[in-house]
Parts: sequence; C-alpha cells; structure tokens
Amino acid sequence: MYGRIRTWGPGALVLLPTVLLLGYFVYGLIAWSFNTSLTDRHTARKGPADYVGFENYANLFGEERFLNSLKNLGVLTVAFIVGTLIFGLLWALLLEKGVPGESIFRSVFLFPMAVSMIASGVVWSWLLNPSQGDDARGLNRLFSILHLNFLENPWWTAGSRWTTMASIALPAVWQLSGYIMALFLAGFRGIPGELREAARVDGASEFKLYRHVLFPQLSPIALSALIILGHMSLKLFDLIYAITGPNQFRTEVPAVYMWNTLLRSDQAKAAAIAIVLLAVVAVLVIPYVAYTVRQEAEE
Amino acid sequence: MSAADATGSAAAAIRRKPRVADGSTRKSRTVRYILLILFLLFVLTPVYVVVITSFKTSADTTAAAQWSLPETWTLEPWRKAWEVLQPYMIRSLTLAVPAAIIASLIGSANGFVLARWRFPGANLVFAFILFGMFIPYQAVMLPLRTTFNELDVTRGVPTLIIAHCIYGIPICTLIFRNYYATVVPMEIIESARVDGAGLIQTYARIILPISISGFVVTLIWQFTSVWNDFLFALFLTQQNNGPVTLGLAALSGGQKVDYAASMAGALITSFPTLIVYIVLGRWFIGGLMAGALKG
Repeated sequence: MYGRIRTWGPGALVLLPTVLLLGYFVYGLIAWSFNTSLTDRHTARKGPADYVGFENYANLFGEERFLNSLKNLGVLTVAFIVGTLIFGLLWALLLEKGVPGESIFRSVFLFPMAVSMIASGVVWSWLLNPSQGDDARGLNRLFSILHLNFLENPWWTAGSRWTTMASIALPAVWQLSGYIMALFLAGFRGIPGELREAARVDGASEFKLYRHVLFPQLSPIALSALIILGHMSLKLFDLIYAITGPNQFRTEVPAVYMWNTLLRSDQAKAAAIAIVLLAVVAVLVIPYVAYTVRQEAEE
Repeated sequence: MSAADATGSAAAAIRRKPRVADGSTRKSRTVRYILLILFLLFVLTPVYVVVITSFKTSADTTAAAQWSLPETWTLEPWRKAWEVLQPYMIRSLTLAVPAAIIASLIGSANGFVLARWRFPGANLVFAFILFGMFIPYQAVMLPLRTTFNELDVTRGVPTLIIAHCIYGIPICTLIFRNYYATVVPMEIIESARVDGAGLIQTYARIILPISISGFVVTLIWQFTSVWNDFLFALFLTQQNNGPVTLGLAALSGGQKVDYAASMAGALITSFPTLIVYIVLGRWFIGGLMAGALKG
C-alpha cells in the first residue's frame, strides 16, 4: 500500500494547489453567489442580511424585464448558432478539396477571432448605424452605394425581437464563423482518403458521398461546435456592451442585465441573475463534460 | 478524432490537402472560387472601413464620404488614440505576459500528471477542473471582488493577473493533458520509473524538453484571451488602472464620439494579438482546436 502511494502520491500533490484554488475560486465563489442570491442584500451596505429564500428568483421570473432578457438571449443564441454553423460549414466545404491560395482564404476567414469583441464591437456599432436614405451611414450607406437600397434597415434599433437580435448576432457570426470552418476543415481532412475512393468506386455521386459518407464522420465535431457556440452565446456580453451600450432594453440579455443591476448595487438580485445564467450554461455543459470524461476514461 | 489530437495534429490536419482526385469539374471549381472571393470580401469589409476611417480628418467622416478614401490623409486620429491608450497598453502588456506564463507552467505540470502520472480519482479531478472552463464568470464576479478587497490585493494589474491565472488554469491543463497524451508514449514514462526516476526527474528530463510546442499554444491562447478580456476588466478595475479593452471602451463611448480616433484605437488595441496571430498562426489554430475538446 505504501509503495503504491509513493508512486501516485506526488502526482496528486501536484494537482492539490489547482484543486484548492478552483475549489475556492470556482465552486466556493459560486456557492457564495448563490448564498447572496437568497438574501435581501439589495444595497451596497455591509453587515448581516436576512435570508428570504427563493424570493429573488420568484421576483425575477415574474418580471417583464428579466423575461425580456431571457427571450432576447434565446433568439440571439439561435441566430448566432445557425449563422455561424452555416458560414463555417460552407467555407469548410468550399475549401476542403484544396484551392489555389487556400491558406490566404483560411487566414482571412479566421483572423476576426484574434480581435477582441470590444474592438470589433466598436467597429460594428459604426457599421450598424440605423440612419437611412440620404443620411445613411455604415452598412446602410454601402447598400445604397451598391444600389441595394432595399437592404437598408434600422438594424437593432427598431423592428421585431428577431431582427433586433439577428443584428447583434451578425458581428458575432462574422467573428466566429472562421473558427467553425477550422473545426470542420480539420474534420474533413481527418477522414481517410480511402473512404472517398471506395464510395466513388461504388458509384456514389458527390452529393451522396457527402450525405452518407463524409457528414456522418463529422457529427462529433458538429456536437462540439454546437456546445462551444452555445455557451459562448449564453455568456455574450462585451459585444452587446460595445455595440448598443449597456442600457438598451431592446438588446438586453441576462449577462448585461446583471451588470446593470450591479450598477444599482442590488447585490442579491445581481447574484440571482448570475446563478440563473450559470444554471442555463450548466444544463448545456455538464452532460458534455461528463460524456467527454467518460469517453476518455474508456480509451 | 480523439481529444488527444487536439493541439498539434488537428492543426496539421487542416493543412493536409487531400491527395485523392477531387472529382469536380472546371465549372464547379470556378463557382467555388467566385464564392470564396465574395466571402473574403464580406469578411474584409469591416477592415477596409476601419483602416480608411482611421486616416481621415473629422471633416471627412461625413455620411456621404464614409466609404470613400480619405480626401486628405492624416495621422491625427492615430496620435489622438495613442495618447489615450498608451497607459492602458502598457498595463495590458505587464498583465498579459505574466498571466500567460504562470498559467501555462501550472497547466503543464497538471497536464503531465493527468496524462501520464495518473492517480486514483484522476478522472474526477479532470472533470472538476474542466467545468471551471465553462462557467459564466458573472457567477463568481461579485464574491471575487469582495475576496480581493479582503485580501487587500492592489486593484488593477495585480488583481487581474491573479484572476486570469486562476481562471486560465483549466484550459491550459486541458491543452497540455491532450498534448502529452499524444506525444509522450507511456512506455518512456514506465521505463523511467523502472530506472527509479521520480515525478520531478521524469518531468524535468523527459517532459519539459519536448513541451515547447505545447507552451507556444497555451501562451498564445492565454495571451490572446487575457488581452481581449473585458468582463474581468470591467468588474475588477477602473479607468485609472484598467487594461486596454477598458481604454478602448472609454475612447469610443460617450456622447461625442470621434469616429476616426475610435477606429485607430480599435486597430492599435488589436495589433498585439493580430501580430501573434500572423506570426504564430498555426499554433493559434492549435489552441482553438483544443478549445473544442473532442475536435
């Protein structure tokens, strides 16, 4: 027994600081936030607060503004994921057989990923200027220069929830489609050439080749992409902050609402919003983490 | 493809052009090329407008002239943006470099143990660490602020270094774990053990010398995400001690926005990460792949 501990003991010791740090800074602080969310700490004052159970949560889910932010988040997530997957997959399909100058296309498609969401938000807030007609600015002006005036629109400043949040999703799609392209491209190139050859020898058309041979091989990647994009979208904050400013009811999502609540020093309510956000992310991520770890354990 | 491939070989796989005949006609190749160029223009449109606007005088940024080249080219917006951003840039640099190095070192040690020096319950610990990668930081931000206040950590760069190191550990651990699982055969470790080498000796003699590309990936990843972070900056620092994202938000916020200076500012703040991306692009992709876990 002692001998075995001597072999694995040092390893456990190496991980101990990490476990302690994350134990406090991730799990401990989440517990702390949760605890705050159960109190009536609605001001910045220090000192003891009274427990009010789940009152803050009940209030949130009875509140028009919070429900609005959840709906915005839902629409944003759908628009963002669909847009990014379409562009990413399309670019990967266009590139996967190899074209001249491929590395240029790849680099350009991927570069927005290296830029901060604040920097791209500053640029896109300018591009998504709502003015139209003679005073049109940004993309609307470009549309009129290209004689595509019918495309001019008020972007996020007017219209339905769908057009509003799709306008917010557009910069995010611009920024992350290249990432999805890279994932799918690695996927396509990881498929052995013999599989394609065999399918062609069997007389499969190009369409059937993709539909029945190549796409099924990519489903694990598609799942990863979905999880990554989903959890990014749920946490999206910087971009909205930079494009519309934090105080826009039209584009408010829970992450932004939490910040606004905190500015008014309502700690209990801010904590409750943060915990709801965490719960939504956890529903998406926990099964994925469990699946990943279990699968690796089997290998 | 397993997670083990994530860092090195997935990035290599992207560049591996297929050797088999692609079975497409000249016409379909032409269509493909035209589409690619259109998409290229779409991605580069914002770049064009940022660059030209950053060289314009304020009289030149009228609605009608927005997409035209500057009437008179001027460096004034760049000078103005740099004046505002310079202290933020220095803070971001002194923050991102140590945060990247420390988190990478911890990640390397953790990754080695989780991949090649396993102990009972290692999988549980791995899951414990992995979940930390996905949490929305809003869920810890309030008590984090209180903790830093109570520990009396100096607001600004020191606070952010600590925060980014701690919350960067999960991704660095994951990247190194996958990297070592791919490049270090179990047999080497076992024979070192038979020869009586302990953990530290094995790590120093066998693992560390072959870790360079792993370090490049985590350093780039950490540097980029620390540099681009806005959430921690907003919650934990102020204008007088915050990083460059905060500076840019200040430069381009408010009522009377100087568009030319904002655009120059967006470019200035993006240069460090863009240079890293251009020079070390293939490792950058490696980090992205690792983020995909089972990519």
